[in-house]
Amino acid sequence: MYAQIVKTDGTGVKSREDMTPEESAFQQRIDADQKIEPKEWMPEGYRKNLIRQISQHAHSELVGQLPESNWITRAPTLERKAILLAKVQDEAGHGLYLYCAAETLGISRDEMFEQLHSGKAKYSSIFNYPTLTWADIGAVGWLVDGAAIMNQVPLQRTSYGPYARAMVRICKEESFHQRQGFDIMMKMASGSDAQKRMAQDAFDRFWYPSLMMFGPSDKDSVHSAQSMAWRIKINTNDELRQKFVDQTVPQAKYLGLTVPDENLIWNEEKGGHDFTEPDWDEFYAVLGGNGPCNKERLQARVTAWNEGEWFRDGLLANAAKKCTAGEVAA
Amino acid sequence: MSSVNTSPDTDGVGAPVKRKPELPLWEIFIRGQHGMSHRHVGSLHAADAEMAMNNARDVYTRRNEGVSIWAVKSDQIVASSPSDKEPLFEPANSKVYRHPTFFDIPEEVGHM
Repeated sequence: MYAQIVKTDGTGVKSREDMTPEESAFQQRIDADQKIEPKEWMPEGYRKNLIRQISQHAHSELVGQLPESNWITRAPTLERKAILLAKVQDEAGHGLYLYCAAETLGISRDEMFEQLHSGKAKYSSIFNYPTLTWADIGAVGWLVDGAAIMNQVPLQRTSYGPYARAMVRICKEESFHQRQGFDIMMKMASGSDAQKRMAQDAFDRFWYPSLMMFGPSDKDSVHSAQSMAWRIKINTNDELRQKFVDQTVPQAKYLGLTVPDENLIWNEEKGGHDFTEPDWDEFYAVLGGNGPCNKERLQARVTAWNEGEWFRDGLLANAAKKCTAGEVAA
Repeated sequence: MSSVNTSPDTDGVGAPVKRKPELPLWEIFIRGQHGMSHRHVGSLHAADAEMAMNNARDVYTRRNEGVSIWAVKSDQIVASSPSDKEPLFEPANSKVYRHPTFFDIPEEVGHM
């Protein structure tokens, strides 16, 4: 979701017979719900896969600040502005927790930044859509953070200790995000006709991109099996997408908004809604770099990194100077 | 959790990537409101102690999680290794008498 497509190196899940004794013991620990900790033995594929997944997730938190920061200076009231600032600061924090978790696997922070900046590492497709109106900030909180929570709550039980602990912190903070979004939507949806139209328009534009956040349909999700065996993925993409739709439809009804899907209908038999899948061609295009804001988002990150270089250098030089001065004084 | 030495990896074409040194890694410990001891909450990068303290405040106490912060450079922490688990912790397994529940106290004696 925040890590939508995490490629695995292997050719599927190994059977117990094909595993080395170490791999077999490792799998046994995972099956017994034990946590794997940084310095313990782990299969190279597990390590690599986790680095990809956690760093994608971290990059998403970081890039996810950009669409929202667009509205910090334009928030309609001082209170809304303060709230949005706090939310965007939280996203930075979430990115930091996750980068730290990934670093325990033997990749450096700067290496991850390089992968993001070069386009080698992905981040969630959702952040390549623009936030055109204030109602979009409501839709992002309500839908995007709502979808994120749906994925992140089960990840608190993931097999890698530092990742699970980061998810616990993130989940605690995330529900404020969704509620503030819903609060904005409630205000807009109960406002003037123009405000209602704005709320519906934001909903129309963010509905399908939010559904895409869960990643491709299970039948096309070739990397899932191994990740699920390793418990670094807990639910399938379609399971979570279904849950999200079922949760969101009544909320939209409460707001008096119409889900932009003519085929949406309650299916008594399966106990869930039938709904139209998002346009997967669009999904792959956005993920591949051709969304409405890909260039802008990446450029913002690269510029921030490059223009901060002199400052990082200064910090290190200053620390080194203080260090030497301390030695002389002692 | 020890600091990561960036290995001389490649950019995919075979040429080694030159990287500047990173800001050092620090481990952050927070003591909460209720008289518990400091607890490890995570890590962060900072050039010096002052920056570590400021960043720890922003990253780990945005919701009043603590009343005191410790920041320790990660490379200063001595940690037991997973392979030492057995020699270190196994001996405690056989000493069940260290737990009060090992001893049966007759009910008529009352709470002890």
